[in-house]
Amino acid sequence: MQHHAIDISALNRSPVNSDDAAENCLQVQGLQLFYNADVQALHDISLNIQKKRVTAFIGPSGCGKSSLLRCFNRMNDLVDGCRIEGKILLEQENIYAPDVDVAGLRRRIGMVFQKPNPFPKSIYENVAYGLRIQGINKKRVLDEVVEKSLHSAALWDEVKDRLDDSALGLSGGQQQRLVIARTIAVEPEVLLLDEPASALDPISTLKIEELINELKTRYTIIIVTHNMQQAARVSDMTAFMYMGKMIEFDSTDKLFTNPARKQTEDYITGRYG
Amino acid sequence: MKNSSPQRLAKQTAASPLHWLRSGEPMIWFNAAAVSISLIAVVGLIGLLAVRGFGHFWPAAILQGTLYSAESSLSLIGESVEQLEVSGQQLREAGFTLKGDGPFFGRTLLKQGNRDFLGNDFVWIIDEQLEDISYPPEVLLVERLEWGNLYGFLRTVSRNGELLADLNEDAQATWRIFQQEIDNSLAIRKEIHALERVEIGHINHALERLRLRERQAELDGDMSPQLQEELLSARSEQNAQYKTLQAELAVLYGSMEGIEYSVDLANGQRVSLPLSKVVRAYRPNDMDIFDKSAMYLERLWEFLSAEPREANTEGGVFPAIFGTVMMVLLMSIIVTPFGVVAAVYLREYARQGFVTQIIRVAVNNLAGVPSIVYGVFGLGFFVYFIGGELDQVFFPAALPSPTFGTPGLMWASLTLALLTLPVVIVATEEGLARIPRAVREGSLALGATRAETLWRIVLPMASPAMMTGLILAVARAAGEVAPLMLVGVVKLAPALPLDGNYPFIHLDQKFMHLGFHIYDVGFQSPNVEAARPLVYATALLLVGLIALLNLTAVALRNRLREHYKSLDN
Repeated sequence: MQHHAIDISALNRSPVNSDDAAENCLQVQGLQLFYNADVQALHDISLNIQKKRVTAFIGPSGCGKSSLLRCFNRMNDLVDGCRIEGKILLEQENIYAPDVDVAGLRRRIGMVFQKPNPFPKSIYENVAYGLRIQGINKKRVLDEVVEKSLHSAALWDEVKDRLDDSALGLSGGQQQRLVIARTIAVEPEVLLLDEPASALDPISTLKIEELINELKTRYTIIIVTHNMQQAARVSDMTAFMYMGKMIEFDSTDKLFTNPARKQTEDYITGRYG
Repeated sequence: MKNSSPQRLAKQTAASPLHWLRSGEPMIWFNAAAVSISLIAVVGLIGLLAVRGFGHFWPAAILQGTLYSAESSLSLIGESVEQLEVSGQQLREAGFTLKGDGPFFGRTLLKQGNRDFLGNDFVWIIDEQLEDISYPPEVLLVERLEWGNLYGFLRTVSRNGELLADLNEDAQATWRIFQQEIDNSLAIRKEIHALERVEIGHINHALERLRLRERQAELDGDMSPQLQEELLSARSEQNAQYKTLQAELAVLYGSMEGIEYSVDLANGQRVSLPLSKVVRAYRPNDMDIFDKSAMYLERLWEFLSAEPREANTEGGVFPAIFGTVMMVLLMSIIVTPFGVVAAVYLREYARQGFVTQIIRVAVNNLAGVPSIVYGVFGLGFFVYFIGGELDQVFFPAALPSPTFGTPGLMWASLTLALLTLPVVIVATEEGLARIPRAVREGSLALGATRAETLWRIVLPMASPAMMTGLILAVARAAGEVAPLMLVGVVKLAPALPLDGNYPFIHLDQKFMHLGFHIYDVGFQSPNVEAARPLVYATALLLVGLIALLNLTAVALRNRLREHYKSLDN
């Protein structure tokens, strides 16, 4: 897959024009992120994430794209000594306001990690986990949600006969789709995907990409990837980051075919990164 | 192949010592030797315990012989227990006149029993002085409730002076009647035991509760005539019951009285003894291998299931097994939650820094504190301070006799829980640290709080580590003796800490423990020779018990491990 030419028209995507006034889901305003007081990981990031679109963050390793992604569901709160300045607005509400319920925020903004991280429970319980911690324990409701979520994650047909088996027995690709099913079971508004396919084989990667295409009709998706072809294939908007700064943010078509900045062009043509 | 000296892939066969050292082979040998030595030591220890301990229950042959010394001759009956080689010079200096002139002479420790007639039930004899050795099939071994074993030849069985059977007339019938009467008296004694322990125990317990209630009412100053009436009637009811039981007991005791058996001892003396004191009687020289095996199992079972007799030198160790298991279980129940909670706080909530490091070091050092220090602490803090306070608050009626203000099962368990706490904390912390960050983040990202993540994901995944901690704790606690001597273990406990009287588990009671039993039987016993095999057997039992407890925990842990396999892809 890595060797395919960039062919953005080959995939069925809704065309996005830069002047399209799509509704904003998330607005990042002047975001700064510091680790340990003096190490600044993100410098003054501002961008708008549009609703029900796929936004990709690309850039070389260590450019801060994952750090930025983890700001959206306040995962960075868990890192000792991490400090954030600026705002992120979810539906006009600042998620870094002091009175925000972080657990509630994370239910609205789900996240899938680079390495599949199913819980050491059954497939069924993995998907039902998010509901159970909300106190939903009715078997009928859980059954329904589990089936629906597994369908949505294109995993139902593969696991419907072994829902009670351990999730750890699934293949890597299946595990990652299970994690996606687990995430959408709590019906979030936004899905954060942190290099969701980087640990998977090409066929599993393809399945995940197809899944992203389906999911974007219902969710706002932000995907971090170091694979430019993947960004080109699945995203509507792409942000290129370098050294903790947002270098360029535009529609994917525009960014890949006619980048405005020299650094972007250098990166997508493979001159560094 | 133009090159005349190609590089050889084959191993260099050069045998220089330097080459051998560098090959790493000595290290392999060294490690293997260390492992072998450890294995041999363990197997040897277990083997020694097994042979010395469990050999004791095998019915040994009984020899009869005559001991000729310079001035006298003496008939002997007994079992050979131990044999030694002693230098002749040493013996001569000790005043023995020896016929032989070899440098070494064999000595035998003979168990001659009959302590009530001979004074010593063990005697050392010089082999060359013992002659006319025979193994008569009719020689009798009687295990008794008092005075140890009796060796001799059965003559008669009589009731109240009236002859029931005489061996000279009908050997077979005499033997049969003898065994029958023993079985009878055993059955009666069992009944008496049940009456005394259970029924009368109930009544005593009820009376004690009535007394405490009365005292409590007096202390509270609300003793009403009504209550007095009530107590009086309850007490007289118990007393009436007690009277009937006493009458029953008197009848039972009476039915055992008067039956006697007479035996010819080695020196020809004929003695008459009460049959009610016989535990069992058999003729080892007359038994074949199957009889002996059956007897072996019977005696082994007695050792495991019966209460001790004769200052712990005879009978079983069941109360000690029970006490040990009970104490270890209680300790596990106490130490696990405490250790886990402490580890969770240290690892999950506390800010990792200087202070947590200090606490960790302190916890690790606690594991190195000598156990007797814990014992002293337990006695001072738990028993006298907390126990004393508890008595003041909850059991004032029983004072001045203490309830919890004296060493007992609960304090012993608590002291050992304290002793093993560091092990559980360290193991649990390691388990918590090993849980992949990704799994925690996965749970948090689904909107779970830290507490929910901890409870639903982290703790279950860390449970094998907790079990590891518990296994180490059990291994340490079950073998511990020193602190227990201060906080609750006794030489002989009158009752098990678990019975049918409310509240069923008596945490305030003192109990017996296998480790202490070894010490007591081996080193505090009035009859060291008789007790020695029991020391070995008890030691083996303790080792086996610890192994069993550990294996159970290990099996449990392996199941948990299988269930919560970590996510190492």
